[in-house]
Formats: sequence, structure tokens, C-alpha cells
Amino acid sequence: MFSNFDFDVIIRALPYLFYEGMSFTLMLTALSALGGLVFGTAIALMRLSGYKTLGRIAGLYVDFMRSLPLVLVIFWFYFLVPYIGQWLTGAARPISVGAFASSLITFIMFEAAYFSEIMRAGIQSISRGQPAAASALGLTYAQTMRYVVLPQAFRNMLPVLITQTIVLFQDTSLVYVLSITDFLGAASKVAQRDGRLVEMYLFAAIVYFTISCIASFGVRRLQARIAIIR
Amino acid sequence: MNYHWNWGIFFEPNPMGTGTYLDMLLSGLVLTLKTGVLAWIIALIFGSIVGVMRTLPSKAAGWFGFCWVEFFRNMPLLVQLFLWFFVLPELLPKSAGLWLKQLPNAPFWTAAIGIGFFMSARVAVQLQAGIGSLPRGQKMAATALGLTTIQGYRYVLLPMAFRIILPPLTSEFLNTIKNTAVAITIGLLELTGQARSMQEFSFQVFEAFTAATLLYLLVNAVVVTAMRFLERYVAIPGYITGK
Repeated sequence: MFSNFDFDVIIRALPYLFYEGMSFTLMLTALSALGGLVFGTAIALMRLSGYKTLGRIAGLYVDFMRSLPLVLVIFWFYFLVPYIGQWLTGAARPISVGAFASSLITFIMFEAAYFSEIMRAGIQSISRGQPAAASALGLTYAQTMRYVVLPQAFRNMLPVLITQTIVLFQDTSLVYVLSITDFLGAASKVAQRDGRLVEMYLFAAIVYFTISCIASFGVRRLQARIAIIR
Repeated sequence: MNYHWNWGIFFEPNPMGTGTYLDMLLSGLVLTLKTGVLAWIIALIFGSIVGVMRTLPSKAAGWFGFCWVEFFRNMPLLVQLFLWFFVLPELLPKSAGLWLKQLPNAPFWTAAIGIGFFMSARVAVQLQAGIGSLPRGQKMAATALGLTTIQGYRYVLLPMAFRIILPPLTSEFLNTIKNTAVAITIGLLELTGQARSMQEFSFQVFEAFTAATLLYLLVNAVVVTAMRFLERYVAIPGYITGK
């Protein structure tokens, strides 16, 4: 089965796979998770704000994003972002934004919908007495959220947020459809150049598997630790 | 915006000679639904088996279930499809690999089976949680009635557990349908794939993707409504959702 297995191809491709590919994947994952968390929290606050219209807009956005396949959303933003850029800057032609910016915007906007639901659950898990106590202390709404509610919500939801980030890490491989050189993109470019599909795809699978496994093991430990404190 | 809008494009003939562009998108929708439903059946069957295994007292069964779930959950779906599509035929004995490669509709079968296995891990975890949420007494009562383990699952535990986890299963079903879009990478011309090729032929980017988006929203609405009815129909009397 492995008689004509060429490990040398993998070893030769390692620098390309990790410097070009994996650094793109990790950078995209980290920045999208951060951006998604910020936007997602804003959307969650909109939904819980008590202003009907604001809440409805946020709800529509979340439902809309969650009903579409990520691949379609990636295509949408890939073609849409240049026009938005043109509209924002008033340029004469659609602006070319490059692969990284386009995929980053896509993932932030897409993940914001998922992170917002997590943060909404987190905020709703805080007992009513907390904001009541905060307003009794004379804190404004913004201060209550910033110093009392959000830190606790974030902390309660940390394991779920990390789990979602692991899903995001795996989902970034879908930028393959734009021929971007992320980790899988790099692997598949080497695979096609050298005609070594089996080696490269197996190696990519093992790397994704190992990283996700370690991360989810970490989440389980974190969950146990948080559970003890409460 | 200097984009040339043309909403009439859907009624113009497509370059494949298979009718209009709209026909192209609708054939993609049909393929999306076919792939999604087949994948969902596979996910339900394997997910149920693995989910039950994880609740059995047997250590070996639990370990197998754990490995199954971790294997299918910790790899991107795209990578899994590549493994089934490109790698598996090469690792099989030569004749079997050749047979697999020459299979008609290979992308369809690969996508349905690959997505089915991928989703089975999620179904398994949910079913495990559903069975775990049942009061201990249910299992004991089944044993006290003289039911074997298989009968206990068949007549007592599974009917309850499946009815409890119906709402999350709905969203997993929707995820299965959405995940069929990943099969574009192995050449399956489902809805997203057809929208993409329509865009390449006609250059009407936004019309093509808008139509695909609306069709996905329509599918979502239909599934959610149908499941609402099913949920009401199978609600367990005495539970919060029940009558």
C-alpha cells in the first residue's frame, strides 16, 4: 500500500506548506475569530437592546448568514468587496483588495453571526441581579456591560468560543475555492505540481487532525477547570 | 456602481444547451437536495449506531464511538472529501481503485457519503446527549419489564431520545444541505456550483448569486416549517413542549 509512497515530497514541501500556507491559515483564523467576536458581541447587544427595530435587523442578519453555505458567502464577498471598496472611496473602478483582505472580511462577517449567538447565550446566562446591582452602584448602561456583564459572559462562554474557533480553523480551508494559498491550498498546489496527491492530502489531513485534536483536548481541560471554580 | 444589471439573464439560453440559465440553477437545486437527503440518511444511520455505542456499558463500544467522532470532527470537510475522492482509490488494490475511479457520478456518491460520515459524528454526539438526558429510571424500567438491551433501546430509549433531540437535528439537517456546497471542489455541479458556472458564462455575478441565495433561503424555510409540524406531532406528553 505504501510501497511507492514518497515521503521526500512532503519534506521538501515543508517550508512552503508551513511558512506560506499554515501562517496564512493561522493568521486568518486568529484575526477572523477576533473580528468575529467583536462584531458578534455588537450584534448580540443589538438583539438584546430592547429597541425592536435594532433587534430585528440583527436577528435578520444572523438568520440570513446562517442559512447560506459558507462557500456561497465566500464567493459573494469575493465579488462584492471590490464594489463596496469602490463605493466607499468613490473610485472610478472596482478596487482590487487582494486575497487576504477579501477572505478576512468574509470570515469576520460570517463568523460574527455564529459568535453573536454564543455571546447572546452568555449574556443571558448572567443573573438579573448583576445588572441591577450595577445600576444601583450608579453605573451607566455602557459601563454595566463593559465592567459587569460582558467579562462574565465572555468567561462563561470561553470553551464554546474556542470550540467555534476550532470550527473556524477548519473552515478556513474553504478559501481553496478562490485558489488562495492557505495550508490546504499550498498542499494541493504541491500535490498537483508533483503529481503526489496521496501524500500531500494525507499529510494535510494529519496536520489538521492533530491541531484540532490538541485544541479540543485543551478545551475539555479548560471546561473542567471553569466547572470547578463555579 | 458601473455594473451592468440584467435580471432577464435567467430566461436566456445557457451555453450548455440545456435550456435557460434558470433551468441550470434549478438542476443545481435538485442535485443539492438529492445530495443533502442521501447524506442525511447516511448521517442518521451511522450517527445513531455510533451514538448508541457511546452510551453502552461496553468499554470497547465506547472507545470505538469516541474514535469515530474524533476522527470525523477534527478534519475539515473539504479535506475529508479530498481523502475519499483522490486518496482512497489510490490506496485500494489496483482493480478496486480503478473501479472506484470509473464509477459514474463519482462526485455525487463521494459527496453524499463523505458529508454523511462528517455529519454522522454530530448526530452521534447529539443522540448520546439525548439518551444521557433521559432519567435513569427509564432504562431500569425497561430491564425490569424483561426487555433485552436491544429491545430497551428499540422500544424505550431511542423513541424518547430522538423526540427530545429533534430541534437540534433540524439544524444539523440544514447544515447537511449547506455542506453540499463544499462538493463544488470535487466537481459536483450543485446549486452553488451552477451559480458559479452561470457567473463564469454570463458575467452576471450578482444575479447568479442572488438567485442561488434565494433558493437556499427557500429550502431553509421549507425545512424549518416542515420540522415545526413534525416537532408538534411527535411532542412527548408531559414535557414542556408536549401537549
